[in-house]
Amino acid sequence: MNEIVISVRDFRKVYDDFVAVDSISFEVHRDEIFGLLGPNGAGKTSTLECLEGLRRPDGGRLDILGVDPTREPRKLHNLIGVQLQTSGLPADIRVAEAMKFFCAYHGVAPRYDLLERLALTEKQHSQYRELSSGQQRRLALALAVAHKPPVLLLDEPTAGLDVASRTELHGLMQELKDQGTTIILATHDMAEAEKMTDRVAILLRGKIVTIGTPREITATGSGLTKVSVRTEHSVLHKSDVNFPTVHQHLLDEEYAIFYSTDPGPTVAALLDYIGAQGDKLIDLRVERPSLEERFLEITSTGGAQ
Amino acid sequence: MTAFANHFAFEFKTGLRNSNLLLMNYLFPLGFYAAMGVVMTQINPLFTATMTPAMVVFATMASTILGLPGPLVESREAGIYRSYKINGVPAASILAIPVLTTIFHTLIVCVIISLTATPFFKGVAPANWGAFALITLLTAITCGAIGALIGVISNNSRATVLWSQLIFLPSMLLGGLMMPLDMLPQSVRPVSAFLPPARAMEAFLGLAYNQETVMGPMTSAIILLVSGLLAFALAIYLFNWDSRNKTRRGHPLMALLVLVPYIVGIFIGW
Repeated sequence: MNEIVISVRDFRKVYDDFVAVDSISFEVHRDEIFGLLGPNGAGKTSTLECLEGLRRPDGGRLDILGVDPTREPRKLHNLIGVQLQTSGLPADIRVAEAMKFFCAYHGVAPRYDLLERLALTEKQHSQYRELSSGQQRRLALALAVAHKPPVLLLDEPTAGLDVASRTELHGLMQELKDQGTTIILATHDMAEAEKMTDRVAILLRGKIVTIGTPREITATGSGLTKVSVRTEHSVLHKSDVNFPTVHQHLLDEEYAIFYSTDPGPTVAALLDYIGAQGDKLIDLRVERPSLEERFLEITSTGGAQ
Repeated sequence: MTAFANHFAFEFKTGLRNSNLLLMNYLFPLGFYAAMGVVMTQINPLFTATMTPAMVVFATMASTILGLPGPLVESREAGIYRSYKINGVPAASILAIPVLTTIFHTLIVCVIISLTATPFFKGVAPANWGAFALITLLTAITCGAIGALIGVISNNSRATVLWSQLIFLPSMLLGGLMMPLDMLPQSVRPVSAFLPPARAMEAFLGLAYNQETVMGPMTSAIILLVSGLLAFALAIYLFNWDSRNKTRRGHPLMALLVLVPYIVGIFIGW
């Protein structure tokens, strides 16, 4: 996983006076799923569009497997598969026709097996306009991977998909990664990023504020683990109980919630206390800090670490 | 070649599947032709002399200048060209294929008109069918290229309508379709000299019907050819993949260069 497939160096993109991307650098390695996270306007789509050769960078250097997307667009199109945020297919094109059309331009045989894999076989004679938004996104993904590109750029691939389609798509992404495809995934869905990506970069106002594995990023936050406890007689619903390593103690109607820096001793102390008070445990939940919480923390502080 | 053939087949079928294109390619020109054949030949029996070329030119304008630009703009606005670019579809194919398929549809309608005008409406048949066919093809190519150019320079569908009507309406009034150019006042004839359909009518009448014309028929045919090639070259040069990406080659007003052959034509004596 050490071979660098995508290299972005001091990349900058400006629209009139607005700096959309401000000298960012990162690398993506072979077989890696790399997440680009950030609020709207953070610069994710500008970065992807320059990598796709749709826009010219205003500074820095981009490289995909030794190809400069701006200078060598003809070499680029067989190296990358792209699922755009807006699907970009003619409304009248039929599903099977679209597969044939794009495969022909990539010089490969149509991949009807992908239509079956993504549950589109029944719709192969339907026009694009007749598909649901989930089916349209699945078709866009099928077309993006049909020519087996070594690099896949996905912009919000699961937006609007139901749970089953989402799971299927995650499975396909994992399979592609296992087969050696390098994937950049731009998403607003933190759970998806946490589940699917090997590393993520969080962009804010055109700059990368943090980069690393989801675990590394969540570990650099406040680091508080949420422990929620529900008991039969609510003995924890008292404001004067104290437990080791607990920083915050909240109560809701059913659960007592503790934020702890070290959940092991906290849970042990809680169980001892419940037993000593003659109460009975109904439910205990331990939730480590999520990427979403860390993301919200970063974006709410404007990227200050 | 396979990719080009696939693309062509898809675009051709779109011309039949899409109700707007079906209207502009077939229903509108054939409906208008039938109405003119029934009504106009009774109001003005002299119309039969120019009916066939006039309806061929009308059908060509309907599908190319009125029908072609809108879908080009809509495809650009919908991000279809972005997706084409990423997948390696060349700009020339994006423009050439809709033009070619529209020409193909137009030629089908032109054949229907040419073969039915005489038996159904007593339209005068061409004296030279070979010249008639060549000028029909030339008119379709030129109008198709102008339609593509309008689609390329228009920022939205409203601009498309404006540009298309700027050519279509004067062409209907001053292009020799409804009445021969020699019946128009002298003062408006210079305007006709700038209209591709007027040039097409003069080429038809002079070369396919051996009639006297106001403008030189061969000059008109050459002007049509040169302006068609120029319009297509300008359309490729000014083509923009993406409505969100405002950086483009050349200014849209460069499209007016397509008038150069017509201006030269006036200087060399029509």
